[in-house]
Amino acid sequence: MTATFIHPFTGFIEKTFVVTEFELRKLRHDFTELVTRALQPALWLLIFGQVFSRSGAMHTGNVPYLDFIAPGILAQSVLFVAIFYGINVIWERDLGIVQKFLASPTPRAALVLGKGFSAGTRTLSQAAIVYCLSLILGVKLNGSPLALLNVLVLVVLAATLFSTFSLIIACIVKTRERFMGVGQVLTMPLFFASNAIYPTTIMPGWLKTLPHLNPLTYVVDALRTFMLAGSTSAFGLSRDYVVILLTTAILVFIGARLYPRLAT
Amino acid sequence: MSEVVLDIKSLTRRFGAFTAVDSVTLSVDAGEVFGLLGSNGAGKTTTIKMLITLLPPSSGEARVAGFSIATQAVDVRRSIGYVPQAVSVDGSLTGYENLLIFAKLYDLPRGERQARIQEALEFMDLAAESGRLVSQYSGGMVRRLEIAQSTLHRPRVLFLDEPTVGLDPIARDAVWKHLADLRTNYGTTLFFTTHYLEEAQSHCDRIAIMHLGKLDALGTCTELEASLGGGSHTLDEVFVHYAGSALDSGGNFHDVSAERATAQRLG
Repeated sequence: MTATFIHPFTGFIEKTFVVTEFELRKLRHDFTELVTRALQPALWLLIFGQVFSRSGAMHTGNVPYLDFIAPGILAQSVLFVAIFYGINVIWERDLGIVQKFLASPTPRAALVLGKGFSAGTRTLSQAAIVYCLSLILGVKLNGSPLALLNVLVLVVLAATLFSTFSLIIACIVKTRERFMGVGQVLTMPLFFASNAIYPTTIMPGWLKTLPHLNPLTYVVDALRTFMLAGSTSAFGLSRDYVVILLTTAILVFIGARLYPRLAT
Repeated sequence: MSEVVLDIKSLTRRFGAFTAVDSVTLSVDAGEVFGLLGSNGAGKTTTIKMLITLLPPSSGEARVAGFSIATQAVDVRRSIGYVPQAVSVDGSLTGYENLLIFAKLYDLPRGERQARIQEALEFMDLAAESGRLVSQYSGGMVRRLEIAQSTLHRPRVLFLDEPTVGLDPIARDAVWKHLADLRTNYGTTLFFTTHYLEEAQSHCDRIAIMHLGKLDALGTCTELEASLGGGSHTLDEVFVHYAGSALDSGGNFHDVSAERATAQRLG
């Protein structure tokens, strides 16, 4: 055994990336998953987006409806991919993989955050799809490198946030059947009680506070600001980033506390 | 006197009103091969889970390689290897990648990683298959890879939960040959559970028989066979004497389905 002292923080960061690295290596061996995932945002933009932009039912101000929902669909596809990520750890628990990692000296938070980042990196393909479709459909995109970089960072962070939330649910329910049930129940409110496919101003009064408690709203707001040419943030970008980062940190902390439950 | 690597005192674990492990006291010396026997649901797996810090004990204490499982969990984890009953390598990675991730997680020095991985692969007769996806491995190869993975960091104690469940006799022999080599070459202490009596008989220095959470018998096979008195007894008779007839326990639905699933995946 080596006697070298490893600082807890550098150790944590290093182990987080080790976990992410190997999750991504799995993807390299089988990327059919990425192709099938691309279908959903394509259908939303091509069918839902086209129909509703034609009807003119949504009042989205100066922004054409299709431009308005393009960032919303990106956020949605990130949410849909990430929210079922927890099924993987249930699968790994039914095998003996979770137990073996927990019996290693790896910090629990690194196991959780490492998996979160890998979900984040996996969803980058969704950003590529939505950008391609948006270009074809004539959405006025912001092409500046800084804006693009922010979009990539936001997609990774959002997927990390929701996949960690998903992992927490997996640690609590522990079985696939219950997990799928809870996942279904959570996805729709997170999606519809947000600003993803319509402005929150058209919501009835009693519903209006809900989007403000929903992290997806801040993800969509920030994505919209960076993706669309000449767009401004409704809440302020620093507020968006603070909400996203803080929620992620809290969820990783809770996830690290609950993760050992999977071994019992 | 050899050094004690496992020092267990009155270790107890309750789940609600049910006592899964009931005041187990036991010590194991460095380099020993120790078998924990018992029927399904006897408390073997719960005992191992406490020793490898996955489950906190309700009372009692244990030191593994000199470290307390309660207050020095990370040091314990650095000193042990664990091969769970279920399949614990990743089928969607290659054999080499499965070892590489653990080399990194256990902080093997960068310069030594490749040599260690190569050595482990050769030691377990897997060098030729290291670039293949593990999902294409046979059951015996999977088990050998799991042992390679859990011993890369040269643990003082290797815990194995039913290491040969679901393997055919040839694969089982190969696994035991490699485990025996581990002890000879690196002095690794082996602590394993099984319900194959002949395995315990031919490979263990000492065995303990667990029944309904309690340690009912402890000693070498010869000692246990002699303990019944009145002529010669087989280990089977010893087992039935201490663990009772197989009908009164047998584990719950979860234990049984987990074991059958493992057997199916490996077989």
